[in-house]
Amino acid sequence: MAKYILKRLTAGIVSLFILVTITFFLMHVIPGGPFSPSEQRNVPEKILVQISDKYGLNDPLIVQYGRYIGNLLHGDMGISFKKQDTTVNELIAAGFPVSARVGALGVCTALIVGIPLGIIAAVRRGKLADGFSMVFATIGVSVPSFVICVLMMYLFCEKWKIFPSYGLRSWKGYILPVFCMAFSQIAYITRLMRSSMLETLRQDYIRTERSKGVPEFQVIGKYALKNSILPVVTYVGPMVASLLTGTFIIEKLFSIPGLGRYFVSAITDRDYSVVLGLTVFLGSMIIICNLVVDIMYAVIDPRVKITE
Amino acid sequence: MPTIEPNEPTHSLSMTDEIPEALLAPLSDSEREKETISRPSVSYWKMCWMRLKKDKLAMLGLTVLVIMTLLAILVPMFSPYTYDQTDFAHPLEWPSALHLFGTDKMGRDIFVRTMYGARISLTIGFTAAAINMVIGVLYGGIAGYLGGMVDLVMMRIVDILTGIPSLIYMILLMMFLGNNIQSILIAMCLTYWITTARMVRAQILTLREQDFALAAKVCGLSKWQILIHHLIPNSMGSIIVTVTFLIPSAIFQEAFLSFLGIGIQVPMASWGTLANDAIEYLFSYPYMMLFPASAISITIFSLNFIGDGLRDALDPRLKK
Repeated sequence: MAKYILKRLTAGIVSLFILVTITFFLMHVIPGGPFSPSEQRNVPEKILVQISDKYGLNDPLIVQYGRYIGNLLHGDMGISFKKQDTTVNELIAAGFPVSARVGALGVCTALIVGIPLGIIAAVRRGKLADGFSMVFATIGVSVPSFVICVLMMYLFCEKWKIFPSYGLRSWKGYILPVFCMAFSQIAYITRLMRSSMLETLRQDYIRTERSKGVPEFQVIGKYALKNSILPVVTYVGPMVASLLTGTFIIEKLFSIPGLGRYFVSAITDRDYSVVLGLTVFLGSMIIICNLVVDIMYAVIDPRVKITE
Repeated sequence: MPTIEPNEPTHSLSMTDEIPEALLAPLSDSEREKETISRPSVSYWKMCWMRLKKDKLAMLGLTVLVIMTLLAILVPMFSPYTYDQTDFAHPLEWPSALHLFGTDKMGRDIFVRTMYGARISLTIGFTAAAINMVIGVLYGGIAGYLGGMVDLVMMRIVDILTGIPSLIYMILLMMFLGNNIQSILIAMCLTYWITTARMVRAQILTLREQDFALAAKVCGLSKWQILIHHLIPNSMGSIIVTVTFLIPSAIFQEAFLSFLGIGIQVPMASWGTLANDAIEYLFSYPYMMLFPASAISITIFSLNFIGDGLRDALDPRLKK
């Protein structure tokens, strides 16, 4: 297993390198730059050229690339072109803990609600609980998340004044963002769990367990769950990576000072170093999460041979 | 010559023995008819279709989806209004007989716009689904079944594709191909199969170790046959759930692009952009949100019903 993990980590570093390279060049193909005249209308062109020179943006692309990779290998992701006096490392160090706290709570909520709801829907197929989960899941995916956010904000912050509409100063501030983040994820996890559980419940070994007189709770919780959780684990891996690094809409609407906002603003601002820094960061998270997921397959289902 | 009783096992006759006349009597008609197969032989897909037809909810979903598609095609063709026709004398009107779904701030008829939006949203949704079914299933299936180095490389490619910020290549595509539906579709082709691929790979990893896969191998089936005929049908459940969920997510991704100013632009409309535009009127003119959001919800409900029915119909274990 240690050898396998080592192999995966090596492969991960190689993919990270490819990822940075592709993103670097794609980003520079997009017209405009952080100091292009169309961005800063009131600054004389001469000054803009000087600023670009200072940041090395007038060098040939390949030189810039070499310099970036060199710095990256030392763990230096450069400075932000838009936020003054801030390095990308500082930006991530400041934003990530905030995003991660909200994200982790979102992931936990999604799992704690989604998995049991899916199991109940499968066991009581065609009954009221199943119908409820179906309606809930459908609303969860067919109403855009920003509509849910706005509606929640209106009801809880404006009308009933239960929760603050922005900031994370107290525990109350977390409830709405976490709920809104988890909402559509719950919907998906519920449906996935239900579908997979329905298939497992048809298997012969479940009938065998039942005919042996094993209590239903144990049949479901011990035997059926283990054999049907795989799709959920698969989905949760990348989901953890993306939720921990922040969600654009949630962070924007609830004014949360996390990383999610930058994923869009850095690209529209052509803030090259921030875009690349975030890509490296999210990329490593994805690679680690998928490694954990693959190891979990082998733990949950010993038949899976990933190390071969 | 010994007499042979008719009910004696026939293998007692050796090849050289003559068959006595008594045994060669023709069967009576009634006896012969017992042997004919009364039902025509049914292929797997036909069987699936027959099972699907019996599922009332699935058929309801299918009917709704067909009606929705027909409305999307016909309403913009025969309506007295066009999707971009402004009427500044009647802006923000509540639903009435004249404007079934009311009008927006420019006096455009929301009914026509919703149906016109259905064209774009359904095209995007169904394309996303088709890509999932083809690329995602095959990619994930091959990675999972072959395993080892192939799996390692294929899944790292997927990691890289997930890591590239989607906004970057979407901006690039829009730049080279223009702000139109084609570029959105191509952008979706690039990455929309990834979730399905991961899902299928995970399923295949466990399925390939199960006894029926071994049995298929022992029977001498090729790897391809095992994958296509035995492993993938068994992971249909999560494939279908993923597809029914990626359709709405594709519809909203398109809306998000318009929101950032790089998707389709007004006066064109899709369900997602209609919902986006309605946000600012959510509390004063909620009908503007209600209709596009309901159209999306109804479609998703139908898809879920069809998906559920299809999953049962495709399950070879449920053969009756």
